[in-house]
Amino acid sequence: MTSSTDTLTDMLARAHAGDRRALARVISAIERGERLPGIPLGDAEDAAKLCVGITGAPGAGKSTLVSALTDELLKTSPSAAVLAVDPSSPISRGALLGDRVRMHRHATRPEVFIRSMATRSHHGGLAGATQASRRLLQYCAWPLVLIETVGVGQVELDIVNTADIAVVVLNPGWGDEIQANKAGLMEIADIFVINKADRPGLESTRRDIDAVIMTRPESQRPPVIETVATEGVGMESLAQAITEVHQSLTGTGELARRRYAQLGMELSQQMSRRFSQQLERYADCPAFAAAVAQLAAGSVSIEAAIDEMLPQVVNSVSPSQDESVPSGEQ
Amino acid sequence: MADTGKRILMAKTGLDGHWRGPTIVATALRDAGFEVIMIGMARSDEVLQAAIDEDVDLVGLNIGGHIDVALRAVELVQTECEGMPIFCGGVVPPHAKRRLEALGVEVFPPGSQLPDIVDSARRLTGIA
Repeated sequence: MTSSTDTLTDMLARAHAGDRRALARVISAIERGERLPGIPLGDAEDAAKLCVGITGAPGAGKSTLVSALTDELLKTSPSAAVLAVDPSSPISRGALLGDRVRMHRHATRPEVFIRSMATRSHHGGLAGATQASRRLLQYCAWPLVLIETVGVGQVELDIVNTADIAVVVLNPGWGDEIQANKAGLMEIADIFVINKADRPGLESTRRDIDAVIMTRPESQRPPVIETVATEGVGMESLAQAITEVHQSLTGTGELARRRYAQLGMELSQQMSRRFSQQLERYADCPAFAAAVAQLAAGSVSIEAAIDEMLPQVVNSVSPSQDESVPSGEQ
Repeated sequence: MADTGKRILMAKTGLDGHWRGPTIVATALRDAGFEVIMIGMARSDEVLQAAIDEDVDLVGLNIGGHIDVALRAVELVQTECEGMPIFCGGVVPPHAKRRLEALGVEVFPPGSQLPDIVDSARRLTGIA
């Protein structure tokens, strides 16, 4: 019963010692929802670690940008890990993960680790396993992690709760002033990138972004970087902007505050996930069926039924380590 | 419901620019619930690195004409990832098909049917 946990513990130790295969397998275990032996999380103050999130609309050029940016960051960083997220089909739950095609030049570099990740029914622009995988990578001596989100609209903003710095990628001809002032994507950027800047419409996109950020105090205006990722144009400026934002967030204590808040968010999400598992189990038991019958007979209100059952759900036998593996796995 | 949780690597080992075949196969596999990681045109060492980092359950190679690159990829993956199943498709001449099959690789030459390829993926990843 503890054998799978033992193996996972061994595997985590090997990953920590630099074994790439073990690292890849632990990420798969996280994706399957297996419970990891503890990774120390108290890194809120560790300014040497950095996680940069790259987000933007589908087709904005995120993968190409991540690839070119990785080249640039490797001039000063000894390594870089990339988590590239693409959507799972809500119908088949399969996925086509194509980000590696654009990162081909890093295909065999030992200092680059790339992992494609399907969202697996998680909403918010990332996979449910992204945050834990990011922590795993940084624990396993990959201090610099880049996360590429799925192509997002205005509200898939999980990246804020996951990365240290959010880079929002737009294109010339994107939207207009009204779009720019809508809530969401435009509010989370620590850095704006206008990629494909060699295309028409650059000036008006720049004006729209400026109009949004000019209303903020000067110290809170994100830099706006123009890039042509396919040619590597603007990568030096972008890497420079990332360094400056990182330094500024560290200096003001904002980085530590963000990471602290992210831990709270993560704890709450993990608890909620664990609670859902408990609830699913409870929903199979006779007490739950009895409550449904009472509801149907009109002898109890739904609120009263919940009040009655809630303590039992929480106190029901907690799942063993092995049972945390979803039923899809044999 | 079709959720397999299984991951398949898809690489092109040929130098021809034809993407249609592998794309159609990849889409069929996605629709059958697989996560398909496309890496495009790749040398044998690139196929191996992706198979390791992506922790896939099955490697798919699209062959265009010359099978030398594919044979090298098969050899390398079989040496470095013990027990990793591999299947191939594309323009595979009969003599090449025999060589690949002798190495334990399932081969789908032109004219193969998508349902057969999907069945093979299910079988090779142990879900059917």
